[in-house]
Amino acid sequence: MAALEAGIDSIEVASVARRRRRIGPLFVVAAAWIVLIVSAAILAGVLPLPSPTDIDMLGKRAPPSAEHWLGNDGLGRDVLSRLIYGARFSLTVGLLAPVIGVVIGGFLGMMAGYFRGRLETFIVGGMDVLLAFPPLVLALAVTAYLGQSVANLTLVIGVLGIPAFTRVARAVTLSLSEREFVTAARALGATHSRILLRELLPNVALPLLAFFLLGVAVTIVVEGALSFLGLGVPPPTPSWGSMIGEGRESLDIAPQLAFLPAGFMFATVLAFNIVGDTLRALTDPRPGAL
Amino acid sequence: MARFIGRRLVYLLPVLLAVTLLTFLIASLLPGDLAVTILGDQATPEKVEALRAQMGLDLPLWERYLRWLWGVAHGDLGRSFRTGETVLAAVADRLPVSLELMVIAEGMGLLIAIPLAILCAVKSGGALDRFMTGLAFGKLSLPPYLVAILLIYLFAVELNLLPATGWVPFSEDPITNIRSFVLPGLTLAFAEWPVLMRVLRSDMIATLQEDYIAMAKAKGLKPARILLVHALKPSSLTLVTVTGINIGRLIGGTLIIETIFALPGIGRLLVGAIYARDFIILQGVVLFVAVGFVIVNFIVDMLYAVLDPRIRHGRA
Amino acid sequence: MTEPLLSIEGVSVDLPTARGPLKAVDKVDLVLAPGRTLGIVGESGCGKTMLSRAVLQLLPKRAKLGGRILFAGRDMARLSPEELRRLRGPELAVVFQDPMTSLNPVLTIGTQIVETLQAHLGMDGTVAARRGAELLAAVGIPSPEQRLRQYPHQLSGGMRQRVAIAIALSCEPKLLIADEPTTALDVTIQAQILDLLAREQKRRHMAMILITHDLGVVAGRTDEVAVMYAGRVVERAPTGQLFARMRMPYTQALLAALPRLDAPPHTVLPAIGGRPPDPTRPLPGCSFAPRCRYADLTCRNDKPLLRDPEGAGALHACWHPLP
Repeated sequence: MAALEAGIDSIEVASVARRRRRIGPLFVVAAAWIVLIVSAAILAGVLPLPSPTDIDMLGKRAPPSAEHWLGNDGLGRDVLSRLIYGARFSLTVGLLAPVIGVVIGGFLGMMAGYFRGRLETFIVGGMDVLLAFPPLVLALAVTAYLGQSVANLTLVIGVLGIPAFTRVARAVTLSLSEREFVTAARALGATHSRILLRELLPNVALPLLAFFLLGVAVTIVVEGALSFLGLGVPPPTPSWGSMIGEGRESLDIAPQLAFLPAGFMFATVLAFNIVGDTLRALTDPRPGAL
Repeated sequence: MARFIGRRLVYLLPVLLAVTLLTFLIASLLPGDLAVTILGDQATPEKVEALRAQMGLDLPLWERYLRWLWGVAHGDLGRSFRTGETVLAAVADRLPVSLELMVIAEGMGLLIAIPLAILCAVKSGGALDRFMTGLAFGKLSLPPYLVAILLIYLFAVELNLLPATGWVPFSEDPITNIRSFVLPGLTLAFAEWPVLMRVLRSDMIATLQEDYIAMAKAKGLKPARILLVHALKPSSLTLVTVTGINIGRLIGGTLIIETIFALPGIGRLLVGAIYARDFIILQGVVLFVAVGFVIVNFIVDMLYAVLDPRIRHGRA
Repeated sequence: MTEPLLSIEGVSVDLPTARGPLKAVDKVDLVLAPGRTLGIVGESGCGKTMLSRAVLQLLPKRAKLGGRILFAGRDMARLSPEELRRLRGPELAVVFQDPMTSLNPVLTIGTQIVETLQAHLGMDGTVAARRGAELLAAVGIPSPEQRLRQYPHQLSGGMRQRVAIAIALSCEPKLLIADEPTTALDVTIQAQILDLLAREQKRRHMAMILITHDLGVVAGRTDEVAVMYAGRVVERAPTGQLFARMRMPYTQALLAALPRLDAPPHTVLPAIGGRPPDPTRPLPGCSFAPRCRYADLTCRNDKPLLRDPEGAGALHACWHPLP
């Protein structure tokens, strides 16, 4: 649900956000948070952190201390460490899955927008079939059959993102195909592959990249949903979604166990949305976008 | 209009067929032997073989698909190998709960969205309008399960006003039944209202520029009547359509919400089937949801064509 | 002279645009006594509609209003929204240009008449419906009871404008503003609608402002005419006097641009050359100077004021008035 919902909403919110597309302090804060969380995730192994999986039954739900900055969870595991290792997991899936969407969706979209005709009908029809499944339902079903692993999760969420990227690539290609420089290249006898790679790809790449960042945000949300239901990556590997799911059990005695990962996830998703939307507005090829 | 419906129908059938094929393939091509899964690891090879033959698993894939499709076309979606319940019976049992949730959620969404949209449209560009725009953007980053946690913490844990779980059938205790839908409904409504609000707001802003609104003002009507009768009615066409589309979208949304709030609906049936590795139920529910989703979208397409003011004006 | 019903004193309307403020109306003074009719004539964009919107207090949100508008002695800009609401309908009513857009497409004709009667006269539903049918009959709509249940798109343009007039007259206003009431209609319908307005105006002894771009429309139907150009009133005189002796070259050009029935076929209409000045770039002199064949250096450098040099009640703003 989240993927489709965000897909539709981001189109609609885009017109709203167009007003403040200039790079402002909000953009800087968002970008800084992304840099911070990504470097923390990369450096998780080197940082002086306690193990995210060491269980300490005596230190169950311990409050923050000098040793455990954000306290311990229900099994006495260090919360800060789990948050950072969870970021590693969420960001791995979040950054890799949209790559599948960008590559396959971008390719299909450009093909559909450039060659038109039957190929376009077929591709658009195929996307409609994929869109017929509520994304979360399909993701759940496929991981249930395939088994839960980082690779499977990435694959499934990545495939689910293909229609959105196809749509963007097709729209941009369609609008560009009519422009003078493509007509000129065609008149000069350029081959299809040359026009696609040299003339169209550089122009399609930028909007796709901006959309990629929004894809990251959506992926983190969907991965979180699966892990929240316990159908993401299997325990004890920490993930924000599963931490929220576990924290839900102790909302009455230790609400921070759910709210800390929820806050991290919200901030990260918001940051990717802000950066992605700003970039998209900046690269929007439509004339009204300036 | 008839031609339009015909064209959409011609398109609908291949999509539906492709949806059944994809559902079937997901369940069939993926690793693992269904018979082994059903019988468990300790089952003897003979027993497994017997079950495979009984379920038709030894047939070629295309024949299995056609047999399955034949069954589906006749309303036979299979039977749970755990409980013996048919998929159709299981879905029919859970569907009312999901529908009730969707209707309550959409109703709450409209209840929040309509007044806010009117206020924002009247003072478009004002402080409230800009705040709501920002809020809609923030909502994009706040998935329903985070909202659910917040609402449970606030209303069930801290204030102890509403139950987080505890569904009972409506026929047994209507008040408890409705109460158990408030928090899940609110959670879904929270995702819905910004979309609904923005749609209505932009239509309202356009309507408020119309001559007949100036006329209504010049007639000395009360502001409430101008907004609620003269402006809201002509502005609500898109809202009706979007509401329809969203009810379709909520099919997916109910999945996680029903699990969190322990509501025995379609979503919980699906998640439960996954936990229990009950693949027949899983396959049946996925197919049911996907087909339902396609058909709801088709109906909304039709509805849109009927309600579209351009089509109406074309007739006038 | 009787107490004026409406007096417009130095009214200006500024509209903010991307190119800077646009002076839609520039220091206009007008007076209208009860029961009298005033014609306001000018090309499109001359500010006549903005002036009428200013009187109705229906200006666009960002427009800036200067000067004073007194209606029956009350300053319109100082009225509370509720006072203004009570004024509109029973005292001040309007008929807009395009009856295609001024009636609400999703409400029945009946609803749109009845709601006005209910809002101001406190009638209950059945009484108001009966009164609505009477009003429709009075403006010449056949089978009015049936029409009450119909939607605007089921009526012709002329019928719709009759409905709009019926609505405007429903609460017996003291002043009716008719803003190009016939521009959007077929030529054959135009005279009928204008005659209807004139008849009702006399019968009800109501004051009327008739806004038009057509000097021919105001000729037999108004007591006084004000000609506007580029946001200003450039000539104002009792109707008979104006048509007998036009002083302002622009007014004469407007009249010359009218097609005449007695002209031989294929006569080329003498259109006014050039275009009105850019309202965001006001000229230092007479606004009409660039298009005026009598213009000289004075006209280009100094703005002529609206004066009545002969004290005959005929005002004009021109350095070189016609004899």
